[in-house]
Amino acid sequence: MLRRTLLASASAILMAMAVPAMAQDEPLKIGFIYVGPVGDGGWTFQHDQARLAVEAEYGDRVETTFIESVPEGADAERALTQLALAGNKLIFATSFGFMDPVMNVAAKFPDVKFEHATGYKQAENVATYDARFYEGRAVMGTIAGRMTKSNKIGYIGSFPIPEVIQGINSSFIHARKVNPEVEMKVVWAYSWFDPAKEADAASALLAEGVDVILQHTDSTAPLAKAQEAGAIGFGQASDMAAFSPNPRVSSIIDEWSPYYIKRVGQVLDGTWESGASWAGIGEGEVVIGDITDAVPAEVKAEAEALRDAIGAGEYHPFTGPLNKADGAEWLAEGETAPDSDLQSMNFFVEGITAQIPQ
Amino acid sequence: MIDPLSIFLLLLSASTPILFAALGELVAERAGILNLGVEGMMIAGALAGFAAAYATGNPFLGFLVAALAGAAISLLYTVLTQLFLANQVASGLALTLFGLGLAAMFGKPFEGVKAPPMPIGPLGINWIVWLGLAMVPAIWWFMNRTRRGLILRAVGENHDAAHALGYDVRATRAAAIAFGGAMAGVGGAFISIATVLQWTEGMTAGAGWIALAIVVFSNWTAFGVLAGAWLFGGVTVLQLRLQAAGVNVPVQLLSMAPYLATIIVLVMISARQKYSRKAGGAAPGSLGNNFHALR
Repeated sequence: MLRRTLLASASAILMAMAVPAMAQDEPLKIGFIYVGPVGDGGWTFQHDQARLAVEAEYGDRVETTFIESVPEGADAERALTQLALAGNKLIFATSFGFMDPVMNVAAKFPDVKFEHATGYKQAENVATYDARFYEGRAVMGTIAGRMTKSNKIGYIGSFPIPEVIQGINSSFIHARKVNPEVEMKVVWAYSWFDPAKEADAASALLAEGVDVILQHTDSTAPLAKAQEAGAIGFGQASDMAAFSPNPRVSSIIDEWSPYYIKRVGQVLDGTWESGASWAGIGEGEVVIGDITDAVPAEVKAEAEALRDAIGAGEYHPFTGPLNKADGAEWLAEGETAPDSDLQSMNFFVEGITAQIPQ
Repeated sequence: MIDPLSIFLLLLSASTPILFAALGELVAERAGILNLGVEGMMIAGALAGFAAAYATGNPFLGFLVAALAGAAISLLYTVLTQLFLANQVASGLALTLFGLGLAAMFGKPFEGVKAPPMPIGPLGINWIVWLGLAMVPAIWWFMNRTRRGLILRAVGENHDAAHALGYDVRATRAAAIAFGGAMAGVGGAFISIATVLQWTEGMTAGAGWIALAIVVFSNWTAFGVLAGAWLFGGVTVLQLRLQAAGVNVPVQLLSMAPYLATIIVLVMISARQKYSRKAGGAAPGSLGNNFHALR
């Protein structure tokens, strides 16, 4: 027999054997691509926790795989294609920069469903999901405004994109609400995860006299620097409990499990539809970590009251009157910001003197 | 206004990891070894040093272990390039990938825990920063004023001639690689033990590659490495500091500046090759070439 025919028939037999076994109780294969390592202790770690929650919830009915440290850009397209070819029917792409790769791969695999975190492009088989981190920032800002003695708050931003700008504005508005003297210093690290640079950014802020640091980058380096200087900070994305009770006085935790479990369930029972989800404290997607004893009891109570009001939908962190940094009116008295304004936010609110890099 | 002294103090600690790694790589390159595994050796040192500091509660012991770990992982490179005469560039890249993966795997139990605080040294500056500064004249003295330094440079300039004179090219290179590994390990550990105080995967975030650029920038001299580390570290610190002070700076332009300076230095070196050789610099003649004794 020719070698080629032998191989072909051998593989045909193998496939014939394999197919019935799979068809019996085929688990739903779910793929994840992460922008960082699972062990980053922040953003990617939380996505992986949610993946594990999905496994715990559905057991044998699902089978998950993940690819970590996938660079944003062309390589993401390769990783996504690889997951789709491996038979994954639902793929979570967990970073903003995976947006165009997801759209390209989704067009080639119409029967595979995609979930893209923090993006804004949808398709028949591409849904987007995001969390209202700015709701948590409002609580952080309240604590920051109450705790600062120098009346200077520092904020380490990653990239000047709407999600980060929302956080800066929200924390500033609420810090100033409880402390009209507060000033905000902003430093852009131009990275989501670069511990050495984040430490340098924190040092630069501390040298400016800042004594409370908020961060929108994923490592614990700013907390370590804050501790050295006797300043305080907050856990970001993950709880960062190793630094509690001081300097980490609270944290803003991304809790993706409820959303992941819901969406996987919808795929399993065939009710999955594309859409855009943007959930916050109320849905349990943004969680405020334990507020430690380093914070006075009345400040803690005030922060928790704000958290509960936001969670219950009684209060919107962007409620007028609010002006933009250039003095133009944004929201009138009592008006709340529409989501479209937030999703394209490219301005600071009045009172922040820093500039957004263009 | 921004106080220049505070910038300088920030610069000192920001440039320490790349200073250590680049000094180690300098010695290796002067022996004719182009080791692109700096990043891998740094991350190995970052993990091992952190683990030791965490387990014993003594940060200095952590740095010692980091040096040993960096030297140990560089043995792999030594075996590949000196024993099996594998291509140096490929082996170095492999070492980087291997180190990152290995550290990620063994680092799992150390996620989320915190290192003991570093005692503060003279003038409020970390002891390891002082050690890094002291290494600069020490390495200069070793390479330019000692017999062993001369042999090391001879091996790097022309390994056939050094061999003909009876010097052991492979042993010299193995020692230089191990030294480079130890220095990279300490540099990496500075990030995990002194800067971040925690272990996270991939925490060196490309510092090893900057160290390689600094060696080229330095024109293969110890004081050049110091200047390069201060330039790269200084630009980072300065742009962050300017931002914190509310000055609107073109971040991209500033971040680009050290690399631009490296290119300019390279052009100057090639334009004035003779001159820079006289000054004791320029790329070693046998850099990146493996040595195989035919006689």
